[in-house]
Amino acid sequence: MSILVKNVTKTFGNFTALDNVSLEVPDGSLLALLGPSGSGKTTLLRIIAGLEVADSGTVLHREEDITHQSARDRKVGFVFQHYALFRHMTVAQNIGYGLRVRQAPKAKIRARVEELLKLIRLEGLEARYPGQLSGGQRQRVALARALAAQPRVLLLDEPFGALDANVRRELRQWLRNLHNTLQMTSLFVTHDQEEALEVADRVVVMNEGRIEQVGTPNEVYHNPASPFVHHFLGNVNLFHCRVEEGMAYIGNTPVQLPAHVSRDAKTTRVYIRPHLFEIEKTPDGNKSLHGTIKHLNPAGPVVKLEVTSDWGDTINVEIPNERYRALQLQKGDEVYVRPKEMKFFSDDYSI
Amino acid sequence: MSAETISEKPPAIAVASVRKIQQDPAWVRWGLTFLALAVLGVLVVIPVINIFVEALRAGVAVYWNNLFGDPDTLHSMVLTLTVVPIALVTNLVFGVAAAWLISKFDFPGRTVLTALIDLPFSVSPVVAGLMFVLIFGLQGYLGPFLRRDGYAVMPYLISLLAAGAFLPLCFLACPVPARARRGFWRHPRLVALGGSAVVFGLFFFIQQFFELWPHHKSLKIIFATPGLVLATAFVTFPFVARELIPVMEAVGVDEELAALSLGASGWQMFWHITVPNIKWGLVYGIILCNARAMGEFGAVSVVSGHIAGKTDTMPLRIEKLFQEYNLPGCFAVASVLTLLAILTLVAKTKLESKLPATASLHGKKTK
Repeated sequence: MSILVKNVTKTFGNFTALDNVSLEVPDGSLLALLGPSGSGKTTLLRIIAGLEVADSGTVLHREEDITHQSARDRKVGFVFQHYALFRHMTVAQNIGYGLRVRQAPKAKIRARVEELLKLIRLEGLEARYPGQLSGGQRQRVALARALAAQPRVLLLDEPFGALDANVRRELRQWLRNLHNTLQMTSLFVTHDQEEALEVADRVVVMNEGRIEQVGTPNEVYHNPASPFVHHFLGNVNLFHCRVEEGMAYIGNTPVQLPAHVSRDAKTTRVYIRPHLFEIEKTPDGNKSLHGTIKHLNPAGPVVKLEVTSDWGDTINVEIPNERYRALQLQKGDEVYVRPKEMKFFSDDYSI
Repeated sequence: MSAETISEKPPAIAVASVRKIQQDPAWVRWGLTFLALAVLGVLVVIPVINIFVEALRAGVAVYWNNLFGDPDTLHSMVLTLTVVPIALVTNLVFGVAAAWLISKFDFPGRTVLTALIDLPFSVSPVVAGLMFVLIFGLQGYLGPFLRRDGYAVMPYLISLLAAGAFLPLCFLACPVPARARRGFWRHPRLVALGGSAVVFGLFFFIQQFFELWPHHKSLKIIFATPGLVLATAFVTFPFVARELIPVMEAVGVDEELAALSLGASGWQMFWHITVPNIKWGLVYGIILCNARAMGEFGAVSVVSGHIAGKTDTMPLRIEKLFQEYNLPGCFAVASVLTLLAILTLVAKTKLESKLPATASLHGKKTK
């Protein structure tokens, strides 16, 4: 276990940023801390880096207690959201700074800087100042600077937050490849679920200072542990159902309740992802939900439909383009949609 | 390529026409320009030139003699050149510390401190001078004690200063590497406190043992150089801090945190990151502080007592020469003071033209 966070709590005034959080980071993994703003993900990262002090709890690095070590002794590489490059130093000086303060010999610094410039593909720009670089280039310099002194862990705070969509996608892949080459334990913070699912080995979903779920991207997407995770990862339809005699009713359509949902409750919630609907123009027994198409958007590989149901809720449905063409759907058509997969959560959960 | 050139032209035309629309008729422009130049000429340029004309009226030899022949005038220049650097260094240290505290930390009483820093600006210099007279003067609170055995306070003062300087140095320099932090070294605050106590004791002991300070001798603060330094430092206190606070707030703490996480010590962080980032604000503050300190009259006038050859600074000397109807001498000293002021202005303008290119503040704040 490279990093072990145990029962960490941190408050700012009345605001609880982290509420008794525990987390294990396996050696060599690339882990994403995912959550909405204010969920405490950046605070957790800064506590691991030593830039913030936890009110209680411990941080361990390979069984060594580093809770009370200062940031400079922890040997972590930290990449700031807005890069925090030293604006009065050149790219080369920026990258070499971590070695310079550790009194490395000049020749060694120069060799390492050259090596890293090659790694981030910015050879020839070593004499530039940060102000003369583009956002993506600055981001890579910040990364190289964090890597220069061979840190034990690499921490990235919203590494692609300030970049435009194309550069972001490109850098994302590059970071993934870089991690595969270096095999360095890395944590990055993001609020972009797509980014987390695409880049990370493991995703930690956080909400209101607590960890909701830890798992591989596949696990958290397909088996969300809580309504929040379900909601936060990808689009989802939420229906409030009546429960009567062991059956739940979405509108007037009865569905079988799974075993883990309490039969005593009067109501329950069901979550259905938009792409997990089968769409027909004719009724399929009484398993389908009936409605009319209010809006459709055929641009792109999937066609997005908004269906107004009999009981007034809007159902978001995504179907493949071929299916859309085969059925020749029009705005105002009456359709029957059948959920293929449902997730039930009792109403005592709250988002 | 052709598409680009076409698309580039219309904005240029638009800018030109906008300029034409916004421009006032010629007579308004010329009238306003003339008015501004006339006022500036009558109120500033002619009097300043007049100073030099009057000073050099009787020739360079007399001018030279007026400046360096009169021992009192010479002493006033030496005194100003002694008092100003001391006040400047004091304000530099306190200004950087205060700006650091206010811009980087949030603590109760922060707004009060900010207001207090501005106080010397709003208080009349005469009142400031009077304040020091009331504290250190003969009839003041500390007057009788200072008169009886004033130097007895010196060992305490020096030791306290040394201990106070040791505290931040201890945190900044962090002398012991983390690996060696065992036993007693695990408590850096305890080490700092204990260390400063030792420093205090050591300095105190040395001063007492070698009897560096005379016994039962009155220590003059008012009507002496220490009073001049105190008054000058008080009046010019806000300049450095006021210049630095906005710069430090704009720069933020991210770069400093980055330096720390890269393994820099507090000392290295301060010199490698903080100082280069606030460099221009610092230089600017020093220049303004220096200009004001050299020209300070009100507060200094109250605490100096106008003893020729002892406590007269340059502005006070000018006033005295003027009242003695020694106009050539008066203008000679005034010309030196004016020359220093002009030099300061030139330096300031030079810096301002240099500022946008390399400045920390305007450089690359793209966020």
